[in-house]
Amino acid sequence: MATQTSIDRTVYADKKDRPLVYRQRGATTLARNLMTYKALYVMFIPGLLVLLVNNYLPIFGVFVAFKDVNYIDGIFGSPWVGFHNFEFLFSNDDAIRAVRNTVLYSVTFMSLTTVFAVTVGLLFNELRSRLFAKVYQSLMILPYFFSMVVVSYLVLAFLSPQGGFINVILKSMGIAEIDWYSSSQYWPTIFIVITLWKNVGYSAVVYIAGMAGIDPEYYEAAVIDGASRWQQAKSITLPMIRPLIIILTLLSMANIFVSDFGLFYQVTLNSGILYDTTDVIDTFVYRSLINLNDIGMASAAALLQSTVGFALVLSSNVVVRKISKEDSLF
Amino acid sequence: MSKRTARRENAVGPTANFLIHSIFTAVSIACIVPLVLVIVISFTSETSIINHGYLFWPEQWSLKSYDFLFKDASTVFRAYGVSIGLTVVGTLINILIMGLYAYPLSRRDLPYRQIFSFLLVFVLLFNGGTVTKYIVYTRILHIGDSYLALLLPLLMLPFYVIVMRTFFQTTIHPAILESAKIDGAGEFRIFAKIIIPLSLPVFATVALFSTINYWNDWFNALLFINDANKLPLQYLMIKVMNDVQFIKDRMDQVAQMNLNLSELPSETLRMAMVVVGIGPIVLSYPFFQRFFIKGLTVGSVKG
Repeated sequence: MATQTSIDRTVYADKKDRPLVYRQRGATTLARNLMTYKALYVMFIPGLLVLLVNNYLPIFGVFVAFKDVNYIDGIFGSPWVGFHNFEFLFSNDDAIRAVRNTVLYSVTFMSLTTVFAVTVGLLFNELRSRLFAKVYQSLMILPYFFSMVVVSYLVLAFLSPQGGFINVILKSMGIAEIDWYSSSQYWPTIFIVITLWKNVGYSAVVYIAGMAGIDPEYYEAAVIDGASRWQQAKSITLPMIRPLIIILTLLSMANIFVSDFGLFYQVTLNSGILYDTTDVIDTFVYRSLINLNDIGMASAAALLQSTVGFALVLSSNVVVRKISKEDSLF
Repeated sequence: MSKRTARRENAVGPTANFLIHSIFTAVSIACIVPLVLVIVISFTSETSIINHGYLFWPEQWSLKSYDFLFKDASTVFRAYGVSIGLTVVGTLINILIMGLYAYPLSRRDLPYRQIFSFLLVFVLLFNGGTVTKYIVYTRILHIGDSYLALLLPLLMLPFYVIVMRTFFQTTIHPAILESAKIDGAGEFRIFAKIIIPLSLPVFATVALFSTINYWNDWFNALLFINDANKLPLQYLMIKVMNDVQFIKDRMDQVAQMNLNLSELPSETLRMAMVVVGIGPIVLSYPFFQRFFIKGLTVGSVKG
């Protein structure tokens, strides 16, 4: 409360304005506020313009999903078709397969990354040498900074049909070589390995940062009570970073229907034989846009992705708020 | 002093310590091994690869792929130039726009700031999708096939604006702003002379991520760029992945004649491109790293 008053004093350059602002209502207050904070509102303008172009215009553009877009009538003149694009999406076996793959991969990646990252974070917390901690941390985050294009080359070095490293090893052990880019059954595992390799280090750093913020007094009290390191990790560290875990999981809920296009398109070299396990909504949409030029269906799929993600965030937030209010997002 | 002794007593035993170090060593090695393999391949001779495949210790080393890449490297250098230009310009505009948006958001006394906060957070949770964005860019703004189409999509990243806002709120005391105002400084002056100098860690963090985003972006090039002169490096790498001939075709005729045609590298050339492509990231990373853990810690966790 004390800080609030001190801030209030900073607000009004001219002190005699203060009581007036509180007394007046409606348009006068609005105008006065706008005038008083003119410079601050001006600062929003560049960012707002970018948000408008990048985010809000496309959101208003989702009406395309309810149209049968053709080039003769143009986007605005094309006839309305209601939910036809959505029906088409759900009657299409490829689309259903893509939805299934997307959700399965998202859930798997999300849970495995969290489990591994928290584990790595907890182990990291036990490191005593600062130098080693720094070296490990630097090396672990590095893969996060590689683009999926680079990752696709790294994967190619291991899996290439012409002398990929794994095939070289298999051959030297007398095992038959595997044509990775045409055997769909291996790709779920490959994707999991790549995702963990790329994201666990970074994700762990976020949790480590969270653990660094825990008050050392908790641990000191635990030592006096004779708690082992394991008990401290279980009963202090984990509960203290729980809100962070929940918030990050909630946020990733928004992307449950969205997958990393690069992972599924570039890394698989867009190999058609693999679609059974590698086709996700994003690659499916991209193909229907590029090959079939089906704008209506592609935007219907995108609208569905966003809506489901949005609904999931809201509903899981409600659930979290019921269980423990302070952990919820809003 | 007493804290230190307490800490030393309160630690895992030597066996567990050894185990933890072993785990981290293994994880660290796993993180860089693929990179090492690619670097080694790029220095391997083409015949060695044809006979034995990709190895960590090849039979015959060679510099031919780099020789070839740099002999007439106009395509690669052009793409490099596009990527560097885009990254530098993009990052500078990026941190400025996001900082300017984050500062008023951090001011708890600003009326209606919840509206701007909502406008920002909403796009994290809901988006119109790639298709409508494509339509907006090409049919309404008409910026397809231009550098703007590569610059614009990554300019406002809401998550980092929130990180910046939280950093400003937690590290800069309102009293500092108050005293600046008493001295007659305007908001823009406060932003330039107080906010920026006091928030270098978070600016460095956001700048690092922005650099990475621009440098690694290929998706927007895939969507919007057809002109071969405007390809950024990552997209050039995709083209080379699909067809190594793409780059050979663009090499100077003279350069090709100086090389024995049968020795034209292709597998190693691809990998050499990757090495050249990730070079700047790997090199600039230690400089940024100093700041970015601090920036992330203060900015995102205490939100």
